[in-house]
Amino acid sequence: MITINKLDKHYGSQHALKSIDIRIAPGRITAVLGPNGAGKTTLIKCILGLVKPDSGQISVDGIRVNGESDYRRMIGYMPQLARYPENLTVSEIVEMICDVRGWSGSGKPDATTSSSDSNYSHKAHDTHNAHDAHDVNKTHNGHDLQNRHNTPTGLDWDLWHRFNLDSEKNKTFRTLSGGNRQKVSAVLAFLFRPKILFLDEPTAGLDPVSSSIFKDKILEERDRGTTVILTSHIMSEVQDLSETVVYLLEGRLHFERGVEEILAETGQKTLERAIAKKLDVSSGDNDEINEAIVFTEKIMTGGVL
Amino acid sequence: MIAKILKYQLRDVMRSKWIIAYALLFLIFTDVLFRFGGDGVRVVTSLMNVVLIVIPLASMILGAFYLYNTREYIELLLCHPVKRHQLFWGMFLGLALPMVLAFGGGVMIPFVYNGVGPEAWSAVLLLVFTGSALSVIFVGIAYYLALRFDDRIKGLGLALVICLFFTVIYDGLILFVIYLLSSYPLEKPVIAFSLVNPIDMGRILMLMQFDISALMGLTGAVFRDFFGTKMGMMIALVSLLLWLAIPVSAGLRQFLLKDF
Repeated sequence: MITINKLDKHYGSQHALKSIDIRIAPGRITAVLGPNGAGKTTLIKCILGLVKPDSGQISVDGIRVNGESDYRRMIGYMPQLARYPENLTVSEIVEMICDVRGWSGSGKPDATTSSSDSNYSHKAHDTHNAHDAHDVNKTHNGHDLQNRHNTPTGLDWDLWHRFNLDSEKNKTFRTLSGGNRQKVSAVLAFLFRPKILFLDEPTAGLDPVSSSIFKDKILEERDRGTTVILTSHIMSEVQDLSETVVYLLEGRLHFERGVEEILAETGQKTLERAIAKKLDVSSGDNDEINEAIVFTEKIMTGGVL
Repeated sequence: MIAKILKYQLRDVMRSKWIIAYALLFLIFTDVLFRFGGDGVRVVTSLMNVVLIVIPLASMILGAFYLYNTREYIELLLCHPVKRHQLFWGMFLGLALPMVLAFGGGVMIPFVYNGVGPEAWSAVLLLVFTGSALSVIFVGIAYYLALRFDDRIKGLGLALVICLFFTVIYDGLILFVIYLLSSYPLEKPVIAFSLVNPIDMGRILMLMQFDISALMGLTGAVFRDFFGTKMGMMIALVSLLLWLAIPVSAGLRQFLLKDF
């Protein structure tokens, strides 16, 4: 559960977030939508502690976000644009993040698993993986690996295999294509089985096959009880994935509704149309109010005369 | 945690082409000076003038570039359970250390294979110390600027201007002041002025050690009496240490408060 209370943020003279109040329910996929510059990324960065809000409170699973870094242990983040040190290889990057997260020595996907055995069933995969990783690491750094890998909290190499990243692992980050960079970034977001996942335009730059693998993975994670917060400009994707939509407009929370609710309310089939209609209706409301004001003014002046 | 970040940082920087080129530059230059027939001490004095110009410039530009380029990476690491000050020190040492190693290694290797005497060794060690201090100081200033200004054109431009100011303009200004006020006793104010410039400090430290009056600029000349003494050397060292501490702590402050 993420609770956001009266969150306010200025960048210089620009008012990026205006008194935002949101509660993000656990175990669901919530899409944060809005036009460019509406404050989506700022909102996510505030929750991650990257951006310090001017006022207001954020709490993640009951822990106040106030500059401490430990709550980020439960969080996985995939940014819009991931850039790791250019001269490190993919496997070194993974190793590094494992190191930083306190999983020293386990930062290697088992090289023996070829992508053909990488069956799409989660559990079989994990036990298999745990076994190999344990063998690989026993020689140098095997002390508490056994405990870790036997529990379901072991590292999740599933996406690594599904994306077939073994063939890329010795390339330096500099030489990776944009799509492969996204894939590495996706693997790292899911690797530590976070309770909460932030995905900032995650499928941008992925090919259709990878993109659908990735979406399947998101849904599987949701089924395991992970809270997912994503932003995207592709409405069909949002409609496929998410249950709740949080719509930001010029730094304000415009509405927060279930996807089904929005569709029913507007009578549209696709989310894209539904949201367009919803925005239209609300600006239409303003016109009506304006008309009413003009009308009352007319009556009043007429009355005086 | 700092050590973990530093480990990968070093691996990344040590593999980059520019740090290798930077080390080679010093190596080739020192080697050439030896080939022109200089003995150890003379090579050091020639090197000094290069070091005092090249190191501030290179540290400043590379430092600012590096931080701008690793911006997204810093963001990414901050989403993991990493404390900001830990990441700052990792990033800072991760650049300053390779710069120092590249410079020190590049300069010292030709001294090793040319087999110079102990006098030249003490000279080159002092040179390496001064150069290392300047590297750390200017990487610190560059980090501060890159964190303070999000616009990289602004940050890099300011880095260049500051660098130019300390290497060239500052000494010119002092000369100008001395010329304008030539009928007044200016020794003490000029001493104070020079403490403000880390490059002058480096030059003074070196010159006092060798007593090579021919190479002294005007700022240096005023210092002879004052800094020839133990007391003078202490003051120079303390002000160099202040120069080490101030930009880095300002950079750290920016890093702790910054919105990424």
